[in-house]
Amino acid sequence: MKSFLNWLDSRTGCKKLLHEALYEKVPGGARWRYVWGSTLTFALAVQFITGLFLWLAYNPSSQTAWESVYYIQNHMTGGAWLRGIHHFTAQAMNVLLVLHLMQVVIDGAYKAPREVNFWFGFVLLLLVMALSLTGYLLPWDQKGFWATKVATNIVAITPLIGPQLQKLIIGGADYGHHTLSRFFALHAGFLPGLIVVLLAGHIYLFRRHGLTVKEPRRGPDTYFWPDQVLKDAVACLVVLATVLFLVIAGKGAELGGPADPTEPYSAARPEWYFLFLFQFLKYFHGGTEVWGAIVIPTLVLIVMCLMPFFGKWRLGHRFNIWFLGVLFIGVAYLTVLAVADDRRKPSYRVAKEAAEREAERVKVLAAAHGIPTSGAVNLLREDAFVQGPKLFARNCASCHRYDGNDALGLTPKDPQSASDLKGFGSREWIARLLDPAHVASTNYFGGTKFARGKMVKFVTKDVAAYTPQQKEQLHKVVMALSAEAKLKSQASSDAKDASEIATGRELIRGDINCVECHAFGKPDEDAAGPDLTDYGSREWLISFISNPAHPKFYGKRNDRMPRFAEEKILDAKAIGLIADWLRGDWYEPAATVSVAR
Amino acid sequence: MDPTENEGRRDFLKKACAACIGGAVMIPPIAAGVAVLLDPIRKKGAAGDFVQVGFLSALPDDGTPRKFTVLTTREDAWNKMTNVPVGAVYLRRVAPDKVQALNVVCPHAGCFVDFMPDRSSYLCPCHDSTFAIDGKINDRKSPASRGMDELETQIRNGNELWVKFQNFLAGAPEKIPA
Repeated sequence: MKSFLNWLDSRTGCKKLLHEALYEKVPGGARWRYVWGSTLTFALAVQFITGLFLWLAYNPSSQTAWESVYYIQNHMTGGAWLRGIHHFTAQAMNVLLVLHLMQVVIDGAYKAPREVNFWFGFVLLLLVMALSLTGYLLPWDQKGFWATKVATNIVAITPLIGPQLQKLIIGGADYGHHTLSRFFALHAGFLPGLIVVLLAGHIYLFRRHGLTVKEPRRGPDTYFWPDQVLKDAVACLVVLATVLFLVIAGKGAELGGPADPTEPYSAARPEWYFLFLFQFLKYFHGGTEVWGAIVIPTLVLIVMCLMPFFGKWRLGHRFNIWFLGVLFIGVAYLTVLAVADDRRKPSYRVAKEAAEREAERVKVLAAAHGIPTSGAVNLLREDAFVQGPKLFARNCASCHRYDGNDALGLTPKDPQSASDLKGFGSREWIARLLDPAHVASTNYFGGTKFARGKMVKFVTKDVAAYTPQQKEQLHKVVMALSAEAKLKSQASSDAKDASEIATGRELIRGDINCVECHAFGKPDEDAAGPDLTDYGSREWLISFISNPAHPKFYGKRNDRMPRFAEEKILDAKAIGLIADWLRGDWYEPAATVSVAR
Repeated sequence: MDPTENEGRRDFLKKACAACIGGAVMIPPIAAGVAVLLDPIRKKGAAGDFVQVGFLSALPDDGTPRKFTVLTTREDAWNKMTNVPVGAVYLRRVAPDKVQALNVVCPHAGCFVDFMPDRSSYLCPCHDSTFAIDGKINDRKSPASRGMDELETQIRNGNELWVKFQNFLAGAPEKIPA
């Protein structure tokens, strides 16, 4: 072993190199305040290692980026850990950079003759921020997609070269395959390469000028090894422990639903360390954004660049510390404001909940059906559970309600003027429709002209005067009518109550006599009310939404409800999704169903 | 105890701690990475399922093989595709109602084996392995160490040709499912 080392040393001079690396003088003894540079080098090493391994499984294109990250996260051994460590170490780096910068400025380590090294560090800071920005897009989830879209649109307002620069960055006029290829090449190739070169220069210059000693010295001079190395290693351990804690607490890095350029996403926010810029931009109104996005940040960066020159004077050094202090307090304040602003906005909360629901849902669908080659986003586009509430909120909620709101959790601007459709076609829903106490409420006919119609009169007068025996009959009618809907949630009770349902069907034609006004079982041209045959079934609901003014339904008496298909407001697919969702008919994995029961 | 000895011990402890902690902090990222790197090892090839590849009536009576594409469900990492080509087989009639199926993949190194009608045998274009019409090695100097991989066949409803499609490891003298 020893002879091998001697041989190696005589060929490479590695002993001298190692000696130089380890026996750097630390005047005044090892101190905790010197650890930041080492923790950053450690964090960078972690990013290189985890990044290279992630590269083994990542696939940059708009149909595979999200999908490959989903696969890493959920289907590869260690994948969630790997991604989690990479994600949270990136966040830790941003914090460490601020701490390193503050220490350097407070201790005066940026002053002559260390100006050039300060600039090296400054460029490294910008490069790490660029890594954060490019990395945020790579999973191609809704959050990263929209946040990065905002960032690259800001590039477009750069004076003179803005639009060209934007196209250069995103690889064309619009987001797509090349955006991902470029961001990935930048994130995994160009930027890390530059960082390696600059970091080598940074460390070389640091060694050339030596450590900037914090006076007063606390003890005798020591060497980097082992005293300072031990402190650095402990600091790295704390960084790692924090990262691992965050990975566990956050259950790995977040992965939102797949990016969809056609879906509005009001929960788009940059990663927390860029929130201050996001908030800052809110204060610049139409036409002045260039000040907030480019001019002021550039000025701040220029001042930071010039710090070594100001630092020549005692007052200048004070100014630098104050400038950075105020800058970071301002950044922190803006970040807090951004978070507080979002907390207050119900629309943000709803958008975030919807985003979380989609992120969960797409995992369920992908696990059940596999992902089509057209991408996971299509799983969501075809899914009633996800699309139903959105379509309802956009197209139905100006009159109808779903459980008292617009189905997404917001209260619509217009007052409710039509029925609440939660549970439409179910026994409970129909029973309340036939209940004198509810039929004229806004949850049923109250808001429409049918409030004074025959049905309301029938329920409030006739049904209200029913004998107990008739009430019993009505109960069977409710069961029979609800069975027409063939709801998934009622399949077992419909099967169990088959005989009551059969009696109920007779009663609809007989004693309760719904057929006086409604068709049931066979067409009836004289029927005034909607057809009760297959009432609430998928076909019935699709026909109804398509054209409520059809003679089968309300005919000429239709009150305000648009003929969604006839007027080409919605296509057949959208109407089908609304119908499926209202009927609670969407894919559910077997285990969840049993839990729900 | 002599103070220098004490100091020497402290120094050693410091060095040991620094080296251990410094090494330990690199373990989690490397371990997670290696786990992902090794993940493919536990993946298994598709289990051989019977797939309909064509009809018996399409096979010549004289026993000349015909190539059929196998269409079935394919899982490729996150993607699931139904009814896509996953391979090909040579089918030939060995009796009026009996067929033999051979996987087109050469058992030597996995190239696509050609059927040579003029010689009534198979030739692999990569390393010149030749196989008899029944798939057996017919050349003592054949680079392939086993004959072409025969697949189970079924004739359903009189005319439908079903093949239990599967790939096997190339290079081995025995058929080992891939």
